[in-house]
Amino acid sequence: MKLSGDMVFKISTALVACNIFVILGLMLYKIIGESWISIETYGASFLWGTTWQPVPPRPGMLPSFGALPPIWGTLVTSAIALLLGVPISLGIGLALSEFAPKRLAYGVSFLVELLAAIPSVIYGLWGIFVLIPFLQQSVYPFLQATLGFLPIFQGTIRGPSVLTGSVVLAIMILPTVSAIARDVFAAVPRSQREAIVALGATRWETSKVVMSYGRSGVIGAIVLGLGRAVGETMAITMVIGNSFNLFDSLFDPGYTLASIVANEFTEASSPPVYISALVECGLVLFVLALVINALARLIIWRTTRMVAGAEGI
Amino acid sequence: MNGYTIRKIKDRIMVSLAYLALVIALIPLVSILMETVLRGAPAINLSFLTERIPPLGQAGGGIGPAIQGTLIVVGIASMIGVPIGVFSGIYLAEFRETKLASVARFLADVSTNMPSIVIGIFGWALIVTAIGWSVIAGAIALAIMVIPIITRTTEEAVKLVPVTMREAALALGVPRWKTTITIVLSSAKKGIATGILLSIARISGETAPLLLTILGSRFWFGGFTEPTAALPLTIFNFSQSPYSAIDWPRAWGASMVLILMILGINVVVRYFTREKYG
Repeated sequence: MKLSGDMVFKISTALVACNIFVILGLMLYKIIGESWISIETYGASFLWGTTWQPVPPRPGMLPSFGALPPIWGTLVTSAIALLLGVPISLGIGLALSEFAPKRLAYGVSFLVELLAAIPSVIYGLWGIFVLIPFLQQSVYPFLQATLGFLPIFQGTIRGPSVLTGSVVLAIMILPTVSAIARDVFAAVPRSQREAIVALGATRWETSKVVMSYGRSGVIGAIVLGLGRAVGETMAITMVIGNSFNLFDSLFDPGYTLASIVANEFTEASSPPVYISALVECGLVLFVLALVINALARLIIWRTTRMVAGAEGI
Repeated sequence: MNGYTIRKIKDRIMVSLAYLALVIALIPLVSILMETVLRGAPAINLSFLTERIPPLGQAGGGIGPAIQGTLIVVGIASMIGVPIGVFSGIYLAEFRETKLASVARFLADVSTNMPSIVIGIFGWALIVTAIGWSVIAGAIALAIMVIPIITRTTEEAVKLVPVTMREAALALGVPRWKTTITIVLSSAKKGIATGILLSIARISGETAPLLLTILGSRFWFGGFTEPTAALPLTIFNFSQSPYSAIDWPRAWGASMVLILMILGINVVVRYFTREKYG
């Protein structure tokens, strides 16, 4: 049988497109393989253990690893980043799609996109030398003076800390969340706006309708921002203080799953279980990121299809 | 005050808050760019760009090997990643109705947001455990990052080609595959090139995947299976140095070089494609 050109074309591009299955499959296989020693030794207790001792305190004892503090650090920093970043991102989305004149919106969109192009390591450098001195001298003492009755704002104020890491993350998710929020708002059918404007609504009242119409898209954007925050590595490694610590004050230094790997991996030579435990931190992060990003994409896809469907009516 | 006035005041406040959010987002951008230029520019001169990286705390020298290392690693990553990404993107756009295309598209979308450190661990597990810290390992890690991004940008660019152009070729009896390669790709080439350039700009600044693969070094390129220097790693190392007077200005100088490279690509690309979105 002679293959037609079309068949050859379809099959060869399809084979290349399958790379994504190979990459993700191999990734899962290799990362589970390298963390196997740790998985076998500590089992599920790795997820709630709170000791991290590559070198045991007394000879004769075994090294011990539990990843609860970095898991806790990842969850807390991402949550605060969303708390700070999402309202600002929604404001940007509304300003760009509803309020600002077209030319201004176009220029500012470009600038916000540039924020996404700046490398993580430069955010980290800026965090160390510009943001930390500012927060430590001006913002944190004020926070402690006014909200110091809350346990999360007590204790010694440190520049490199969980709160500083969260602030940097909040800045880094702005471009992602605001760009999707802007697109979701812009995709809301004109008829929705016209209906409420005809009833005499103000601009803010109109945008409330726009936001509620696009709310599942907004949720998708927020989940996607969460995915970015959870996986961000370099900037947060440089400002979070890198300390294995189940903190309760946000002024304490901490670790995230990404930063413990970035900070300790190249210096972790022995025992093999140490490297394996670090790789298992990566495995936990991998699974977390996969679930969050898959969820975000499903929500965003469903919404855009819904909005497009409504436009067709 | 009647209800209407209150509503108007509320409207003013909320719209102002939305504009305030815009300003808040631009403060870090302006601050980062300004600090990088102010603190980085004094460090930059010809010898800074061309000389070998000195040990921490030692005066003199430059970041030559880091620039060289970044160009080599990103170059190889692009040679691996661009063809794979472009062909995958063509498949996703041309056969968009197939089950394979929708699953692959979903996985590519999920992978574009993959934590960079996880890619680094994968590069280490796949290559470094076999042949050691090396240029190859770093290039493969960056290629893995860039493939899903190029796949999706190529797909979007190909989808933008009007169906009438395709129909015109098909009506003349040109086979479908030839139509794609000649007509469709030549009208989508600008969009595809934009996607490729922006993706390359993005991986040039990645640090975490390189930390676990090329390791970093102070020396010039010494072979594909040896560790090498790279700009992001050099910035990181200088920033962690205790010798503030000597090494911190170097960190800013290297940052300025990296930012000029990346933002340069971004600004140029967006300038040439502006009418498409404007």
